[in-house]
Amino acid sequence: MPLETAPAAAPAAAPAATRSEVRERAARNRRNGVFAARAGVLVAFLGLWEICARTGVIDPFNFSQPSRIWAQIWQWITHGTAQGSLGEQIGYTLYEALSGWVVGVVAGVLLGIALGRIRFLADVFGPYIKVLNAIPRIVLAPIFLIWFGLGPASKVASAVVLVFFPVFFNAFQGAREVDRNLVANARILGADNRKVTLQVVIPAATTWIFTSLHVSFGFALIGAIVGEYIGATKGLGLMVAAAQGTFNAAGVYAAMTILAVVALLTEGLLTFAEKRLFRWKPADSGDGR
Amino acid sequence: MVHVSLHKAGAVPAIELTGATKRFRTPSGTLHTAVRDLDLTVAPGEFVAVVGPTGCGKSTTLTLVSGLEEPTEGEVKVYGGSVDGINPNVGFVFQQDAVFPWRTVLSNVTAGPRFRGVPADEAREKARDWLARVGLAAFEDRYPHQLSGGMRKRVALAQTFVNDPKILLMDEPFSALDVQTRALMSDQLLELWAGTGSSVVFVTHDLDEAIALADRVVVMTAGPATVKEVFTVDLPRPRTVEAVRLEPRFVELYREIWASLGEEVRITRERGAGRAA
Repeated sequence: MPLETAPAAAPAAAPAATRSEVRERAARNRRNGVFAARAGVLVAFLGLWEICARTGVIDPFNFSQPSRIWAQIWQWITHGTAQGSLGEQIGYTLYEALSGWVVGVVAGVLLGIALGRIRFLADVFGPYIKVLNAIPRIVLAPIFLIWFGLGPASKVASAVVLVFFPVFFNAFQGAREVDRNLVANARILGADNRKVTLQVVIPAATTWIFTSLHVSFGFALIGAIVGEYIGATKGLGLMVAAAQGTFNAAGVYAAMTILAVVALLTEGLLTFAEKRLFRWKPADSGDGR
Repeated sequence: MVHVSLHKAGAVPAIELTGATKRFRTPSGTLHTAVRDLDLTVAPGEFVAVVGPTGCGKSTTLTLVSGLEEPTEGEVKVYGGSVDGINPNVGFVFQQDAVFPWRTVLSNVTAGPRFRGVPADEAREKARDWLARVGLAAFEDRYPHQLSGGMRKRVALAQTFVNDPKILLMDEPFSALDVQTRALMSDQLLELWAGTGSSVVFVTHDLDEAIALADRVVVMTAGPATVKEVFTVDLPRPRTVEAVRLEPRFVELYREIWASLGEEVRITRERGAGRAA
């Protein structure tokens, strides 16, 4: 990008400046238009929902309505939930999801790279991993509850099993599909096997791994929430379960809304980290995701 | 450069292939012979170009010398020693981009010395020296994707030369570049090579390039490859690619070698046509 800006500005100063100004304004207008349309869609959706609920087209007992959901969120914020303050619930869920995610990612990356590099291990463990992957892992959540109790450990465990597999498969694939020329070049330049793994295979596989990190953080949240939903003492999943138990539809939606915001924020953080880490990539493919 | 015959009389050849054969197992399970019964000797300091029809097994010859692959039969020797794994005296410039995209230009060039345990400061100093020689001193902080194809190739050259290889293997290194850049790169290669006294094996399908660069041109047969004929290029050095091309002796050599090479190209093409039909 520094290549473009420097020479383009130099020749034909006056007309180029105005033209680039016009272009910039057009781009800004387009951006604003998109934002306005997005906000419009949200307002229309919420408005229609509210109107339908108030006029009785849909039953507010089952479907609730935006104003009640907002009131519920506001009540949680100001007065706390039945289980304690709202921040504490969010913190609990995030803590479980994050621990599960970190453990799952580390295990997935290490095992994925190891199996991707060492043929023998891949041949031995390949079938077992396929079998484990075939199990719908969310059904393990009740088992973990029995093993690890109502505390965070059981939620961390279900987050780990959900996170591990996508990360593992991506790291494995990434390690397998490293450009053979790069490996050959590194070996000719004098790298031994360890250096090839650390300085060629791992950097080359990071693109693959990062793709799975985005998806897998969502999985970690799912693991934590489902675990809490099944049985817990604290957390957003428990709030959903509690609201459902008292036929409080607004409570279920409110908890969902909070979850969505939390997920979006963490996703944003990940994207930011990724941009910092992948400065060596051409901008167009880095922004593609 | 000293004449080839002198080297032959002298001591140990830099590279010596005797009866080298390489077979690969294809995905469908059949055996494919890439190189058969190949004899080739390269003297120290000699520049040998290898030409042959597309896909005949020229590159395989290089991987045998580098130690990336082992011969199925026959022997490959470098400075009298049998090739067993990768030889630290060998440098290899690949056809495709093989610079590390996640490393800056400087870091790419320091990679070799660092892999070999040279301290970081010393490696950086050597790398800067070679970057200056290939004219990329101002670009050391760039990433490869920010450079043009020709610049990336120059990074690859610096990356290889910084290890002071006694044997330089080049696998169609400039084939992806446009004609003008290729001529510039050829001149630059001759310049860089002139001071080093290393032996070069340069694989190409471009006969012009082969004659302009080399002391000897080896013509390979249609695959499986073996040496068909060897021509000595008696053009004086130092050469520049654009000038040497206009000399009558160049044209003469071109005609001679093409008579030999053209036949193999025809055979390859007819085979391809037969397979397509």
